Amino acid sequence: MKKLNFSTVMLWAGMFFLYAPMFILVIYSFNESKLVTVWAGFSTKWYGELFRDQQILDAVWTSLQVAFYASTMAVILGTMAAFVMTRFARGWGKLTLSNMITAPLVMPEVITGLSLLLLFVHMADLFGWPAERGMLTVWIAHSTFCAAYVAVVVSSRLREIDRSVEEAAQDLGATPFKTFFAITVPMISPALVAGWLLSFSLSLDDLVIASFASGPGATTLPMVVFSSVRMGVSPKINALATLIILIVSLIAFISWYFARRADIKQRSSSA
Amino acid sequence: MKKPLKFRLPKGQCWTIGVPYFWLLMFFALPFAIVLKISFSTPIISIPPYEPLFQYAEESLQIMLNLGNYLLILDDSLYYNAYLSSLKMATISTIGCLLIGYPMAYAIARAPKRNQTMLILLVMLPSWTSFLIRVYAWMGILSNNGVINNLLMWTGIISEPLQILNTNTAVYIGIIYSYLPFMILPLYANLSQLDGSLLEAAADLGSRSLNTFWKVTLPLSKGGVIAGSMLVFIPVVGEFVIPELLGGPDSLMIGKILWQEFFNNRDWPVASALAIVMLGLLIIPITLFHRYQAKEMEKTA
Repeated sequence: MKKLNFSTVMLWAGMFFLYAPMFILVIYSFNESKLVTVWAGFSTKWYGELFRDQQILDAVWTSLQVAFYASTMAVILGTMAAFVMTRFARGWGKLTLSNMITAPLVMPEVITGLSLLLLFVHMADLFGWPAERGMLTVWIAHSTFCAAYVAVVVSSRLREIDRSVEEAAQDLGATPFKTFFAITVPMISPALVAGWLLSFSLSLDDLVIASFASGPGATTLPMVVFSSVRMGVSPKINALATLIILIVSLIAFISWYFARRADIKQRSSSA
Repeated sequence: MKKPLKFRLPKGQCWTIGVPYFWLLMFFALPFAIVLKISFSTPIISIPPYEPLFQYAEESLQIMLNLGNYLLILDDSLYYNAYLSSLKMATISTIGCLLIGYPMAYAIARAPKRNQTMLILLVMLPSWTSFLIRVYAWMGILSNNGVINNLLMWTGIISEPLQILNTNTAVYIGIIYSYLPFMILPLYANLSQLDGSLLEAAADLGSRSLNTFWKVTLPLSKGGVIAGSMLVFIPVVGEFVIPELLGGPDSLMIGKILWQEFFNNRDWPVASALAIVMLGLLIIPITLFHRYQAKEMEKTA
């Protein structure tokens, strides 16, 4: 079975396809030349330029704030929805809820963005709130679509865990509320962390929905990148991209490492 | 030291259902109702740029349904062509993702158990770094003085740079590149659960590997193929960023038109009508996806 078969070759070709563009981007971020595609020697000057660009720094801060609050809200909403989807009796209410929560997974972003913007405009008309679109409206929009991803991640974990522990806790007199926080949450905590991280990166990455939902006061990083990229390719963006790739890979490998260690520990204790 | 039972089940249950339900009704279902409403109103130059649908005057409630926006979509070949090319773009990209993604998912599912998480992580990692930045990376690679053209000219295969950026080819490359992980993930989830003894049985009965693949593996992974295809097809129909950055003037896609109608022409009613028609076209794939997902949930429950 050691022979090189078609699917293995495809796997490595596919991996090359996925990673080559990013490597090229990283290499060219150290290019001296202003022309992105002409190599003119090694330089880190674009990183310096990047850290002097106040517009980009402000946008990074806005994006981080929105992503932090949105992923926290998404974990709360998504976990509640996942709980309903897995633990409650089947019924009309449960069906609509699970349809509504998974809909943003596939909905084209322009439709979600457009509909949320029109909602905010209507609400401002009717109750004068939100008076201006900004960070708050982007937060609402991101929480809604990230909750869908959290619900999927958490509900698959909720189905796997041993329910007899929860039942035992309730038999011993714990309230459902207490059972949830003392028993269920620790058991599903890897899924909660994964859902939070996933939401965080989705929110940081979103351009289309943020463009619809935000106002003049709140420009997120993707919006700044998009408008500068539309003007043409810029070496500053290469430097920014390299930093993003670096940070994300670092976080991914750290979380993978801890997940694997927890997995090994669990296996050796149960064996 | 136990407190008396304070959170009784019905009350807790009420909150657990109530909060996400209210949120989704408010920020997901209601917005669609509003889009539907605005798609029937008349555009005017004011803030907001449309006429109210309901008017109460002289003791009579008037409801003005303006079908003009929909008629415009039917009438103007620009919109018609944009829908057609979006559907074509999505179909070809889905097939492309399937052709590349299926063997990859298959290889990962067949890999030793301890390597599988690592390989899946490697597939997912690019999609956690910014989507925008990955599309941007292709702008540098595909441009006239980009990496591909430089390489081809250097080796002497071509003497003039090929025009790749700002064509539909670039859009296909960008879409397949960006959506490939969404195809691989559900396929892997499905293929890794495949019962190996069925393959052995087929081999024992003298089936060749290609024959086994067509008759056993592929039919059993139908669910994963549907889920992956829908996860690629549906968002690609409304794609805006990739055709905007990699495509040229002739890569018309409905997401791009909607964006322009909304932000550049400020024609909110037509933008809403475009969104409603797009949803109408996607009803079948969305239902397919939901049915698959419900089935999956039933299976694991």
